Amino acid sequence: MIRYVAGRWGASAALRAARIGGGSLPELPTSSGRSVVVRGYAAKAGEAAEPSFYEFRDRKIPFVSQLDIHEPSLTGGMPCFRVLDETGQCVLDDASAYEVDEELGRKMYENMVKLQTMDTLFYEAQRQGRFSFYMTCFGEEATVIGSAAGLDFKDHVFAQYREHGVLMWRGQTFQEFADQCYGNHRDYNKGRQMPVHYGRKDMNFQTISSPLCTQLPQAAGAAYANKLANYDGITVTYFGEGAASEGDFHAAMNFASTLACPMIFMCRNNGWAISTPSDEQYTGDGIAGRGSAYGMPAIRVDGMDALAMFHATTIARDYVVKNQSPILVEAMSYRTSHHSTSDDSSRYRELSEMKAWKARDPVARFQIWLEHKGWWTEEEESVLRAESRKAVMKVLDMAEREQKRPLRDLVEDVYDVVPEHLEKQYQEIKEFAKKHKHLYPNDIPIE
Amino acid sequence: MLRRGNGVVGRGMVERMVSSMLCGGNATTTTCSRGFSAEVGEQQRARKINLFTAINDALNLSLEEDEKTLIFGEDVSFGGVFRCTSGLLEKHGSDRVFNTPLCEQGILGFAVGAAAMGYKPVVEIQFADYIFPAFDQIVNEAAKYRYRSGGMFSCGGLTIRTPCGAVGHGGHYHSQSPEAFFMHSPGLKVVMPSGPKDAKGLLLSSIRDDNPVVFFEPKIMYRTSVEEVPYGDFTVPLGKAAVVREGKDITLVGWGSQVGVLRQAAEEVEKNDGISCEVIDLRTILPWDVDTIAESVTKTGRLLVSHEAPLTAGVGAEIVSTISKECFLNLEAPPLRVCGADTPFPLVLEPFYLPRQSRVIAEIRNSLAF
Repeated sequence: MIRYVAGRWGASAALRAARIGGGSLPELPTSSGRSVVVRGYAAKAGEAAEPSFYEFRDRKIPFVSQLDIHEPSLTGGMPCFRVLDETGQCVLDDASAYEVDEELGRKMYENMVKLQTMDTLFYEAQRQGRFSFYMTCFGEEATVIGSAAGLDFKDHVFAQYREHGVLMWRGQTFQEFADQCYGNHRDYNKGRQMPVHYGRKDMNFQTISSPLCTQLPQAAGAAYANKLANYDGITVTYFGEGAASEGDFHAAMNFASTLACPMIFMCRNNGWAISTPSDEQYTGDGIAGRGSAYGMPAIRVDGMDALAMFHATTIARDYVVKNQSPILVEAMSYRTSHHSTSDDSSRYRELSEMKAWKARDPVARFQIWLEHKGWWTEEEESVLRAESRKAVMKVLDMAEREQKRPLRDLVEDVYDVVPEHLEKQYQEIKEFAKKHKHLYPNDIPIE
Repeated sequence: MLRRGNGVVGRGMVERMVSSMLCGGNATTTTCSRGFSAEVGEQQRARKINLFTAINDALNLSLEEDEKTLIFGEDVSFGGVFRCTSGLLEKHGSDRVFNTPLCEQGILGFAVGAAAMGYKPVVEIQFADYIFPAFDQIVNEAAKYRYRSGGMFSCGGLTIRTPCGAVGHGGHYHSQSPEAFFMHSPGLKVVMPSGPKDAKGLLLSSIRDDNPVVFFEPKIMYRTSVEEVPYGDFTVPLGKAAVVREGKDITLVGWGSQVGVLRQAAEEVEKNDGISCEVIDLRTILPWDVDTIAESVTKTGRLLVSHEAPLTAGVGAEIVSTISKECFLNLEAPPLRVCGADTPFPLVLEPFYLPRQSRVIAEIRNSLAF
């Protein structure tokens, strides 16, 4: 059905009046070219006072005689859903609706441990100068793994950069992570991007880029396209609370809402955008509090509680599938790591604060719960940790020894085919490099 | 059925004034969305139409030939402020032809995402002057999407249409020609037609091209430029300049509405001075056709490049520099640039700002006298 209204300024006053159920309202002039319409046809003095409204498009705003300022809520705000407390105890009277089975619980835990191990050793490898850059997701393991577990493999993911756990959940190996960080010849990006800018076509995970928040309106567009194509999956975009200050956040929320895009906006609110604490980032009720302003439902959840994250994501996903429209999820956590290997976070925050949050380690919290359920043992713990360490060290050595991609990749993929001017530039660079091999790294094949 | 708002949002009084002036008063539905017959023979037939109708033809054809083609932007539903999308919503439905909220970075981000899913968004930025909020999405995202992912992902289906150039009274923000900003961005293609026939053929090529294309439409030509345009499908290749007038004394290079200025200047100096000018319409600004221009300059020994955009670091600088190297031994005079001044685009001083015919003629004479 084509929804197309006559006239440049939309429905007539009569149509609007009919829509809001005020059929007896006076006919209003429509030639003004303005969508601001009805002013002051409240009951005259002496007549029976009927409720009067400011009729605005398809909304009916009641007039009031008291001039009030609508203050934002300064305390509280949207509550935060959780299942497990900091000690790993279930806080729900009836937890039956918010459990997972043993197989899923173990899988989530194993992935969180592997993620933590990989982050630890990759971080150290970077500090030793073995590759150029790294970012960990300490403190957010439950956010990422819990949400990944709540999604479907066919859901398209547009990530920021601190969500490599989603790829791990979908099957990316330690070796593949390491190959990307080293930019060797097996890197899917062909060694073109900085470390941690992962991407996998076969895992429905769009390649990460550094500019913050650009992926949000892209995810909305992807969700819209997939809806037209009747694709059997939704779109999910991850972003931090700092990125949510970008204009692209506003663009994406508004587009997704007005164009009814089936997607989840998954915000990781970890309290810090590099050195900027979240109270310098916004004064409203976090990110979730913005949902209603865009006409979008929202969920706030404890991002350090893997069970809560899993269920919040599952419920958000069901909502999106059922309503074919977007939802916003804000996962509250704390970035216990430095922002990146180029950052020393002790310069802008108290060690005590970091220590206090580290003690609330989401991985340990989930482990206690698993042990309490009888699904995990100390012995399994030490085996998993030891084997993960061994495996990660091995892939780092392997990735390091691999050759880089050939020089030809400099000019490939800029366009679908290499244009003439670029071919010429490649030939010039190649000829120069061949004559001056000593000036260039020897692990890059020139031809 | 997709849920969406049904409001037609105006940008503001200035834009309304400008666009209504440009649209020739009340924007009414035009007759430009005629059917396209696939019958043999019909393909060859042509009719006289203006530039916005030629654009409309190309858009209609693209929507017909591929269900993945989408058209969206500000005010495109009712036909667009320049009538380019007139009749398309009624014909192809509001799922494929729709208004977006008023936000250029959103339009581009949304388009990149849809293109990444294999769709072909042909998006409109209402005026090229307002493309800058989307600069990040175009330059950092669209242009680099394929390269940075090692070829795994691409947004090659994306085409960005935007009206550009002087219009007589457009002032700072309804007159700009920002093509040079995009020429500096590897991964993009940048195109500007100089008449209705090329507009249709180049736009069809741009939509089908598997790379993001920024397609500039000289808005002063929307109604004023009329020529025979074939019905049905035909394309004009990207990356190929056109020699629109042959000559032997000097090569004049321009694009968009400036091609008309150069042609008129060429006729005038032929008549009055006996100077024979070769006029080249560049058509594609990135990647541009070095060979056609170098070949011409090798023959004429002289080069003049002219564009409306400011002189410094304009597209002319790239052409003059490259041709100076390629044709150094053939040049008999310094290559010249006749361009807009290095100022914001002025309102009442527009006649002084623009590189008009008289200035081009004076520079042609200077070159020949060198």
